[in-house]
Amino acid sequence: MAKIESSFKNMLLSLFLISAGMSAALGFVYSITKGPIEVANKQKEVRAITEVLPTFDNDPTANVKSIDGLDYYVATEQGKICGFAVKTFTDKGFSGHFTLMVGFKPDGIINNISVLDQKETPGLGSKMKESRFKNQFQGKNPADFELRVKKDGGKVDAITAATISSRAFCDAVQKAYDGYMQNLKPNTIQMPSDSIVSDTTNLPKGGQ
Amino acid sequence: MSNMKYFTRGLIKENPTFVLVLGTCPTLAVTTAAMNGIGMGLATTFVLVFSNLFISMLKNVIPDKVRIAAFIVVIATFVTIVDLTMKAFTPDLYKTLGIFIPLIVVNCIILGRAEAFAQKNRISHSILDGIGMGLGFTLALTLMGSIREILGNGSIFEFRLISQEAKTVLMFILPPGAFLTYGYLIAIMNRIKEKYNI
Repeated sequence: MAKIESSFKNMLLSLFLISAGMSAALGFVYSITKGPIEVANKQKEVRAITEVLPTFDNDPTANVKSIDGLDYYVATEQGKICGFAVKTFTDKGFSGHFTLMVGFKPDGIINNISVLDQKETPGLGSKMKESRFKNQFQGKNPADFELRVKKDGGKVDAITAATISSRAFCDAVQKAYDGYMQNLKPNTIQMPSDSIVSDTTNLPKGGQ
Repeated sequence: MSNMKYFTRGLIKENPTFVLVLGTCPTLAVTTAAMNGIGMGLATTFVLVFSNLFISMLKNVIPDKVRIAAFIVVIATFVTIVDLTMKAFTPDLYKTLGIFIPLIVVNCIILGRAEAFAQKNRISHSILDGIGMGLGFTLALTLMGSIREILGNGSIFEFRLISQEAKTVLMFILPPGAFLTYGYLIAIMNRIKEKYNI
């Protein structure tokens, strides 16, 4: 078959048909991957919450509170609150936006941190995923552990050659802590059962 | 035998990275670790094979004056399919490579092979060409990624060769290291080609 000539009609028809065919293929792939992508995203969230909190036996994703762009998850064990996970973000990363999951114990101490999505420089800023960097936050209370890199007068050891990423990481954790103090103080969130009320004495008292 | 040359020439003789010097942007940007090189290379190979296949199939119904636009539509479709499929079925791999996938659209190797080969040749040859070029690209990226990861991070495929505390040549992870490695590899490649008259 000879190649068709570049007349206006041929160009229009050919481009239109190719675009239409490709759009149909994309629509089809989108519709079959939509479900699995949602499942994968939810699994990722549950895995991140499991990683940052002590053992719990409820489904924290069932009751999510979203306030000012941050998501709050409450984890309970046998009806008693055992921790809070906060999905936080920053726009100050070297490549802009990234998101973290920060787990707090009921007394405001950071239990663990997990990196959800990041686009930082591979081999440099991406090292914030490694335990060597993020483990320094474990067991620290941001009330007396200043969330700034040492260069800026804080207490955080920055990643070598990735100070901007380290600063952004601190910014995100600080945001999570501030939001946690403001929004998860006793009575501002609906507690699922009475047994928790007796436990509220241990909750953070606020103030930054 | 004659068909094999379409496959093998992408590996060394017309290696897209070291000889044709195409797709330089992902080559420099992605190769900070060996694993990234392999992942990017294989994803590109997939897109390359399918875009070559489709463009070779459609070559007679695409008028010359709008061919580039048609090629880009085909390529972008396959890149999006790779993106969605990886997100759905291999979320862990996607976490590592996700940011590089959209970059494949702008990779000149794919448009270059569509323009220079697939639109003029038969389907079977175009597929072989796609596989060969894709694997050549994968090999080149993995080689560069390995060198930069060893020198800059002291590890290979995330397996530590030296202690985490030891000093490494950090520059090799940074952009200047990419150019340096790339330059030396092209020089070595030229020397080998000259010596063995490939």
